[in-house]
Amino acid sequence: MVQKYVFLSCFFLLMHCTSKEDERYAPTPYRLKIPTLFSDKLIPPIIPADNPLTIEGVALGKKLFFDPILSGDETQSCASCHNPQKSFTDQQPFSTGIEGNLGSRNAMPLFNLAWNFDERFAWDGKEFGLERQALEPVSNPIELHSNWQNIGEKLENNAIYKDLFLNAFGSSKIDSTLITKAIAQFERTLISGNAKFDKYVRGETTLTIEEQNGFDVFMDESKGDCFHCHGSNNNPLWTDNKFHNNGLDTHFSDLGLGAVTGDPNDNGKFKTPSIRNLNFTAPYMHDGRFATLEEVINHYSEGLKKSLTIDPLMKQVNEGGVQLSPQEKTNLKAFLRSLSDSEFVQNPDFKK
Amino acid sequence: MKNNIAFLCFLMLLFSSCSPKEEDISVVVNFTHHWNGKVLSNQDLNQLKFTTENGENISVEKLRYLISDLSLTDFKNYHLINFHENTGTSLSISGLAENRYHLTFRFGFSDQDNTDGIYKDLNSVSFGVPTMLGGGYHYMQFDGKYRNDNNDALGFNYHAIRAVDNTDPDNLKFEDTSFEVDLGSVLITNNAKIEIKMNLAEWFKNPNTWNLNELNTVLMPNFQAQKIMRDNGKTVFSLGIVN
Ligand code: HEC
Ligand code: HEC
Repeated sequence: MVQKYVFLSCFFLLMHCTSKEDERYAPTPYRLKIPTLFSDKLIPPIIPADNPLTIEGVALGKKLFFDPILSGDETQSCASCHNPQKSFTDQQPFSTGIEGNLGSRNAMPLFNLAWNFDERFAWDGKEFGLERQALEPVSNPIELHSNWQNIGEKLENNAIYKDLFLNAFGSSKIDSTLITKAIAQFERTLISGNAKFDKYVRGETTLTIEEQNGFDVFMDESKGDCFHCHGSNNNPLWTDNKFHNNGLDTHFSDLGLGAVTGDPNDNGKFKTPSIRNLNFTAPYMHDGRFATLEEVINHYSEGLKKSLTIDPLMKQVNEGGVQLSPQEKTNLKAFLRSLSDSEFVQNPDFKK
Repeated sequence: MKNNIAFLCFLMLLFSSCSPKEEDISVVVNFTHHWNGKVLSNQDLNQLKFTTENGENISVEKLRYLISDLSLTDFKNYHLINFHENTGTSLSISGLAENRYHLTFRFGFSDQDNTDGIYKDLNSVSFGVPTMLGGGYHYMQFDGKYRNDNNDALGFNYHAIRAVDNTDPDNLKFEDTSFEVDLGSVLITNNAKIEIKMNLAEWFKNPNTWNLNELNTVLMPNFQAQKIMRDNGKTVFSLGIVN
């Protein structure tokens, strides 16, 4: 019913601006499979007007994502650090680039990226927009260490890619703009929304007592109070995509957001990661310092470190935290695990 | 319900684009923030430089609040103001007639509008209240640090919601602590700018002197604290410049 009116309105809008004849090749629009929980609870995902999803674009983006052709010596692809079976992380505290150089940040999982409404990517928000983010790893000397000029030429000399770009964008000129557009299209299709907890919210399953009590710890302002930053049953992203200092350090070897904004009040702030798919994404935090969820929970319970920029939501900082009981910790962990979506990591659409 | 709204929007689209406009005045409502006489900007965030009535030095780190039922509009019922990120601090309204308006709004949502999970834009920015406290939405999240009696800077979370007595978790008792703010009558002319001021100091001052050493965090489930916030909130807003 609603769709009808929307459709009608669109129709009228179209009539209004009677289109100029568009001669260019038109690829097939791609229909994003949005989980009902997302469409029921959240505003629509962000798809830039100048890069609509198309079947041809997404397929091309996927091929590029898995293709080592993007790296200087053709040994690494995006997927080397963003492995689909690990929810697109690499399970190392720091990732190794093509020359064996170690980075200083934990590779981030990739899912529900189109719902990052502020479009600030990376742990410190330094990349604005997915298209622009994709520019970075290719030229980064400690990641793929290549150069865009070479890649453009290599792809133009490759008959298969030439066809694919023609089909996706109607262009035989291949450059970083089109390459990153295609990759971003693929990344926007990486949607994770079918964990046990999603099924519970949809009324399809029940939680164990532990999971239910753990969810209560998560939502209780006097206990975990995690929901102010990490989402809830009404925000199925399980992150606010904002930047906070959650009390990891007294002094910062990595300034995080502060290095990007130049504002010392932002020192030690990093983007809240989604707590979906934690079963696959260890180790945790921007520097991978915690190997297990127990360590994460102990951090929030009694390991908080004070600094000027620590978030005011961190309570009883002088005692290290709110001191959850062993039972509360076990429950919290059981709840966190219920947010892992094995269908996502097994989805054949996202594998090479 | 959804259908009706969609249909209405559709109608409005049709009419707004086709019918002649006789009375179509636009105004901008600006929300400004103050500490007693001083106007605040983002430059004032994160510094322990304000002194509450009770004598604690505090900083403002994050401030978001919701108003609803603004008497100038009847199409969208609510509006979220985010001071620290500087979004929603100015609200454009069009389609008004030149006239004297009685300017009122509600701080937060009345119970009637405070339905859990139904506002997608508010869910998307994590403004909800846990189901264990009755669900619905925050009225305000005001976070910062205060210097305690031991000269130590600690966090406070002045979060206003519908007051809930959760002594018996299976039988929650509520009190609607949203409140109407009446700013009197205003002459609306085309392109008028209307300033609505929030004096943050009032949250800690009037009629109840707020002691941050006692009331700092975990205020959402604190039935008494919510009622004090309501009482103090009533003098927080005032009409600023209209031009
Ligand atoms: C050498 C390992 C490595 C490679 C190769 C790599 N990444 Fe990453 N990726 C990372 C790390 C580490 C981060 C976090 C960076 C930071 O915060 O500074 C990251 C962050 C991201 C993010 C931000 C996610 C978010 O939620 O903010 C995206 C998107 C991304 N990578 C996509 C890609 C794409 C596309 C490619 C291929 C063109 C790629 N990555 C190649 C390691 C890698
Ligand atoms: C003030 C906002 C805030 C609150 C409250 C908060 N977190 Fe976090 N959380 C963060 C930020 C920011 C990070 C990333 C910090 C970093 O890496 O420097 C994080 C990281 C995590 C991670 C690591 C995820 C990953 O992929 O590395 C987990 C798990 C986590 N939090 C769980 C919780 C739990 C459980 C609670 C409640 C006990 C909680 N958080 C409360 C902001 C918050």
